[in-house]
Amino acid sequence: MTEMSYLDGNMLDGPMRELLTVDLSSAVGRCENCGMTGSMASLHVYSHAPGLVGRCPSCEEVMVRLVRGPDRAWLDMRGTTFLQVPMPMEQPFPGPL
Amino acid sequence: MGIVSPGFQGRPRTQEPALPPGQYLTEDFPVLSAGPTPRVSLDTWEFVISAENGSEHRWSWQELMALPQETPMVDIHCVTRWSKLGTNWQGVSVDTLLDGVDTGAHFALAHSYGGYTTNLPLDDLRGGQAWVVHTFDGAPLPAEHGGPARLLVPHLYFWKSAKWVRGLRLKTMDEPGFWETAGYHDYGDPWREQRYQGD
Repeated sequence: MTEMSYLDGNMLDGPMRELLTVDLSSAVGRCENCGMTGSMASLHVYSHAPGLVGRCPSCEEVMVRLVRGPDRAWLDMRGTTFLQVPMPMEQPFPGPL
Repeated sequence: MGIVSPGFQGRPRTQEPALPPGQYLTEDFPVLSAGPTPRVSLDTWEFVISAENGSEHRWSWQELMALPQETPMVDIHCVTRWSKLGTNWQGVSVDTLLDGVDTGAHFALAHSYGGYTTNLPLDDLRGGQAWVVHTFDGAPLPAEHGGPARLLVPHLYFWKSAKWVRGLRLKTMDEPGFWETAGYHDYGDPWREQRYQGD
């Protein structure tokens, strides 16, 4: 039995680039703490802080932290189970055979 | 010829108060917060030091107030670049709280009501360098500034001075806290401008 092969992280560049340029307010996220699933635009964001802190509107747990340094940025989304992002249709939906 | 004498052109830089690099002086006391302000009743408030061996040392509000009180006057430096000089506090030295705690730990993770955390070397909480303070400028510390009680570690950036502090977990390994896991420096010395990881 052969081991499954894998690609290096460069493979993610294209797909991630497509995803990370999305308007976040159009995305839906799930709170890791309470399971609330809703628009990321509904988060409570605290900006009078060393970074931006986005909290779940239901349980107030942290879903997103974004820190911007002069030449670097950090994004911590461990409080977000998933992001559901609207994407353009990849290819025309195949019709019935 | 101007009517303003040279004496009104401001103080030369050499007479400016000494500030860490990249900081500006403020007379205000800006409120920074990463979440909703916890409202903690003094009846239920407690401070807990958890040693790495599992032992716990607890103080109620009354017990904290019965400990020897100190009145540090210190300069504070926020990583968002404001500094405030000569601030007046009252509280209990962390040395007093650690007295009688049997530990070989080298690190502490301060934790707060509301879930905030920040990590510090234990040595930086000792030697008259850190306090649990409950009074600012002679009045009870307002909730927006961390009341009923906050940590005060003025020789490090002010995010290390955890608001609404609830306790210290003593640790053998350094465990980064709320901002330290999001890019901020593990130590945070304002005089060495240790703002972000790797600075």
